[in-house]
Amino acid sequence: MRQIAVYGKGGIGKSTTTQNTVAGLSEAGYKCMIVGCDPKADATRLILHKKAQTTVMDLARERGTVEDLEIDEVLLTGFNGIRCAESGGPEPGVGCAGRGVITAINFLEENGAYEADTDFVFYDVLGDVVCGGFAMPIREGKAKEIYIVTSGEMMAMYAANNISRGILKYAQSGGVRLGGLICNSRKTDKEYELIAELAKRLNTHMIHFVPRDNQVQRAELRRMTVIEYSPDHQQADEYRTLAKKIAENRNLVIPTPMSMDELEQLLMDFGILENEEAVA
Amino acid sequence: MIRLKIRDHNDLFQGQEYIEQFERKREFEKGPSDEEIRRVAEWTKTEEYKEKNFARQHIKINPAKACQPLGAVFCASGFEGTMPFVQGAQGCVAYFRSHLNRHFKEPFAAISTSMTEDAAVFGGLNNMLEGLENAYALYKPKMIAVSTTCMAEVIGDDLNAFIKQAKEKGLIPKDLPVPFAHTPSFVGSYITGYDNMMKGILSGITAGKKGEPNSRTTNKINFIPGFDTYTGDYFELKRLMNMMGVKHTVLADVSNVFDSPNTGKHTLYPGGTPLADAMDSINADATIALQKYSTFKTMEYVGKEWSQKTAVLTPIGIKNTDRFFDEISKITGKPVPQEIEDERGRAVDAMIDSHPYVHGKRFALVGDPDMLMGLVSFLMEMGGIPVHIVCTMGDKKFTEDLNALLSESPFGAEAKVYTGKDMWHLRSLLFTEPVDLLIGNSYAKFLWRDTETPLIRIGFPLFDRHHLHRYPVIGYQGTINLVSSVVNTVLDEMDRKTINTTSFDVIR
Repeated sequence: MRQIAVYGKGGIGKSTTTQNTVAGLSEAGYKCMIVGCDPKADATRLILHKKAQTTVMDLARERGTVEDLEIDEVLLTGFNGIRCAESGGPEPGVGCAGRGVITAINFLEENGAYEADTDFVFYDVLGDVVCGGFAMPIREGKAKEIYIVTSGEMMAMYAANNISRGILKYAQSGGVRLGGLICNSRKTDKEYELIAELAKRLNTHMIHFVPRDNQVQRAELRRMTVIEYSPDHQQADEYRTLAKKIAENRNLVIPTPMSMDELEQLLMDFGILENEEAVA
Repeated sequence: MIRLKIRDHNDLFQGQEYIEQFERKREFEKGPSDEEIRRVAEWTKTEEYKEKNFARQHIKINPAKACQPLGAVFCASGFEGTMPFVQGAQGCVAYFRSHLNRHFKEPFAAISTSMTEDAAVFGGLNNMLEGLENAYALYKPKMIAVSTTCMAEVIGDDLNAFIKQAKEKGLIPKDLPVPFAHTPSFVGSYITGYDNMMKGILSGITAGKKGEPNSRTTNKINFIPGFDTYTGDYFELKRLMNMMGVKHTVLADVSNVFDSPNTGKHTLYPGGTPLADAMDSINADATIALQKYSTFKTMEYVGKEWSQKTAVLTPIGIKNTDRFFDEISKITGKPVPQEIEDERGRAVDAMIDSHPYVHGKRFALVGDPDMLMGLVSFLMEMGGIPVHIVCTMGDKKFTEDLNALLSESPFGAEAKVYTGKDMWHLRSLLFTEPVDLLIGNSYAKFLWRDTETPLIRIGFPLFDRHHLHRYPVIGYQGTINLVSSVVNTVLDEMDRKTINTTSFDVIR
């Protein structure tokens, strides 16, 4: 069983990319599971064709304790037999969402959600790793492989670098490794070259460049992955390629995050960020 | 009839079967040999080990410290009909209760909102609402004083909003005073918690009471004893003020809570400062704190918001007690009566009587900041030499204050102040630079065991001796009690050391 965590800046397309990739893996015959680790609980809607599935913490709130839950209530099966669970969590502004992720993942583990014949488990994690709870998927030898979704936009790259720092910490104490950057194209200038270079600096590789295509939105409106909605579309092939690359990926590294200065220099070299002196 | 022979704990484990069992346990655990244990024990007495010990950063061993909410529930319990109420997990509150039980040998009531995992994730609003509703329905308190454990603080529970909601929903009466304080256990210690809760209660219950019930001044003085676990001190303070004819309110008067007469009937709220008096404390002429480090925020609040005269006076030892009466006399315009002058004379006489046995004796002390300040002042008056002073809860300000005090007397020249350090540090000091006497709480008995430095039990907690908290340490009477504890420990030790010599004398 390979456990994979997907991180990246909020709104970068983690959930869309994850679900499409998992759809691709399942098509190729792999048995997959997705665990959403975000109180917004929108990591499984394209697989389950639902607005939002009942989350572990939803039911825990209803029943008062997580011990009264049955695994079948929160582990649902969708497209191509992909199994889906969502941690869920509190309303914004109260309680502790990070603790919710910890509770939910512990529950799934203790109640046998991780079946022996599962090939891939994907954790789709909240954009910013704000506290220890959101690092749960990469703690204690769960996900050993991380992919960062990014784009040529500056803030997405900042986030990717920051996440690499977090991975570095867990890589030194555990076996967590960075599997690569997934570029979810926003059609920014020199995007391919920039992310390829960023990946190089981080000691990894750009595992795939996913071009921007409106077919993704059309599929999403129907609560489906592109692979399910339009299996013959070229965008479906892009996700199949990404899925294949991940399945075959052996390039797992300890990242080498950059300092802020180095990152800004990189952006300047590519003409994304203007040199302060030049501006003055 | 079958008679079961119940063996006492003290000899049970000396029995052959237990000796064998302990030996098997050691074999199973591949424990070190007696010889190895002796070798390491000897090594821990060396200068080399002391240096390693003081370089240690990531572990505390036997710190003289406990967490904020303990101080908060202690403070809350000192008000009439008040239920201490802690937003947090059950285990924490069980610990506060047992800690106070073990010290006072009295029952102690405090409520936990029993937050569990779901509350940690979703926030503790429901726990607070149900908790307040239940607490009010079951225990009919006149006031509920809310504090928090770490759990509620880490997730950021909003006490103010929660309590408001409970009142809006009609779960508790709108006019029930429910003051609150955020008391994260991972910040400060029980003296901080006491301070926070006191400020919370005073600001909560005096709101809008300025000039009420009567606009004229009350000619009253407020006293805030601070985190003082000597119930005798409270009775003593009230006795002395009554002798002087000073009208007063003791804020958080825990005397009857932890030292109530046994009438054969259990009372849930056996005492405390009357709420009417507490509400009127805003109209007093002055507020005097008997401790400094456990009342910082409260005294700042009282000085600023109540525009009252404030002073911090810790009447431990002769000089401090003199200053205490001088100031009270100045503030109230009342003279110090002859009876109190006589008490002073007796205390001075007691000091002179015992002086030959205490003069030049070297002391190690461990405890709370205010108690240490008072004891050091007292010891130097007796010619005692403070050498090692360990204050786990002390900060930079405390070090400055204590060093200033030490510099006032030639007896203070040798002393070194260790803040943030623990009793394992002190253990090293007692081996490398031995002293004659040790002052500390019950946990310091491990230092006595290891170093054979005679222990005088003063402070908190005192679990292993009874009734010590009933004897005041403040005022001139308190001074006599301190003299008695110190000198009689010296004499006990003298007897022990001379037991088979011609110096084993009946007169000391």
